[in-house]
Amino acid sequence: MLNRLLKLMFILLIVKPIVLIILGLNVRHRQKLPQNGPAIIAANHNSHLDTMVMFSLYPLSKVHKLRPVAAADYFLSNPLLAWFSLNVIGIIPISRTDPSKRETLFSACHQALDQGDILILFPEGTRGEPEQRSHLKKGIYHLTKDREDTAIVPLVTHGLGRALPRGEALLVPFICDIVVGDALPAVSNSDEMLEVLSSQYNQLLDECLTFNKQD
Amino acid sequence: MHHIPLHSVIMMVLILGILIIATIITSLLKIKNRDKDYTELHQRVISWWWMIGLVFSFLILGKNTAIIFFAFLSFLALKEFISIVPIRQVDRNAIFWIYLSIPFQYYWVAAEWYGMFIIFIPVYLFLLVPVRMVLKGETQGFIRSAGILHWAAMLTVFSISHVAYLLVLPEKEMMAGGIGLVLFLLFMTQFNDVSQYVWGKCFGKHKIVPKVSPNKTWQGFIGGVVTITVLAGMIAPYLTPLNRLEGYIAGAIISVSGFWGDVVISSVKRDLHIKDIGNLIPGHGGILDRMDSLIYTAPLLFHYIYYLHY
Repeated sequence: MLNRLLKLMFILLIVKPIVLIILGLNVRHRQKLPQNGPAIIAANHNSHLDTMVMFSLYPLSKVHKLRPVAAADYFLSNPLLAWFSLNVIGIIPISRTDPSKRETLFSACHQALDQGDILILFPEGTRGEPEQRSHLKKGIYHLTKDREDTAIVPLVTHGLGRALPRGEALLVPFICDIVVGDALPAVSNSDEMLEVLSSQYNQLLDECLTFNKQD
Repeated sequence: MHHIPLHSVIMMVLILGILIIATIITSLLKIKNRDKDYTELHQRVISWWWMIGLVFSFLILGKNTAIIFFAFLSFLALKEFISIVPIRQVDRNAIFWIYLSIPFQYYWVAAEWYGMFIIFIPVYLFLLVPVRMVLKGETQGFIRSAGILHWAAMLTVFSISHVAYLLVLPEKEMMAGGIGLVLFLLFMTQFNDVSQYVWGKCFGKHKIVPKVSPNKTWQGFIGGVVTITVLAGMIAPYLTPLNRLEGYIAGAIISVSGFWGDVVISSVKRDLHIKDIGNLIPGHGGILDRMDSLIYTAPLLFHYIYYLHY
């Protein structure tokens, strides 16, 4: 309960002012966002702000349902960050370094999906170079292959890698594009899923106002 | 709250009257032609209520709150512009400096320090931003970025800040005050957009700049210039220190330069293959889509009045 209150305060007093006033959003197809879980938002990853922006897309009554899936080696690396990530943000930590135990790897994710949460997943696995797309990883397929109840909604952001790229502390205001896509169709193997996801990302990126093809 | 001069109060009431009439007309249109889609027109009118409501509120609240409001508009416009133009990742720090120039520029306005207000961006920021870029050391694309960044600061900070400076000019027309000047500029600029559009819709035939803006015609342009020139001559003596003849010329300046601002920003959008710069104002697009004409009319009207009466 206290954690839920902390999350609400954090979003209302810090996330929303930063995202809506300092940054500003162009949101396309907001109505395609999953309103109820179990669901997964599969987004491209450029900045820590990605997660913050997605929080601000939802009404305050629903933000506790949003659970970012985040790298344990980074977010649990020091006690303060770990406390903040687990209790205020409500991340689901996942081990990037030890992929051997595939069954237990996703158990926390399954648990969250079972209770109707909406997972925020970054299939690229890392923020990478600013505004450069990285290779998609197959984890998302293994997580969802036996879950027909879970919708996977692709979402593209553009501009956040300029506002706050990896390794920079200075936040510079830039308007950010958010484009939500249609839920992915059923697929038979991991390569097919990554292909569908990748082509969705390319289409959605074309709808971004801040994206220049000559870049 | 402070004292609002009588003529400015009357002007605000007249503008609200026009808005009420426009709202009634669009509602009637909707009822009459039920099969047609008036969503965008409807959104436009609602957004006008918001924009005019906000501008009037901040003008009424006092000089300094109004200056902060225009500073915030500059911030939004700069952010929109810098987010769509091609910039390099290494320009982030230089862009941060341009954002920092906004509080300074509007402080010079509030302090009524005209000399600094008029040279701060064209001289100091112009010289310093490339130095900040040099410190980053990336030379690939340096020239293009230096040009884009300075243009952004001039369009969105320098130009727009002239609207705010109208508020602090010594009051020459006591019945209207600084607010009168701002109302005159904003009303004439926006009404010019509307009348050029309406004249063009009704009689438009010969295109002026078909590659940039296929809807802009000589008929719309000339119709707008005549309308605004006559109207400005009628209104200027009540809201500004200008006499009737000077008012006619002010109207012509606003109408012609408003058109320039419109087609310059249109060319930016054409270059980037986008229709609107943002979607902050439903039915209108972004802040810059609405303020494109003002970027040209604000400094030109300001210096015209400044030359004649200050």
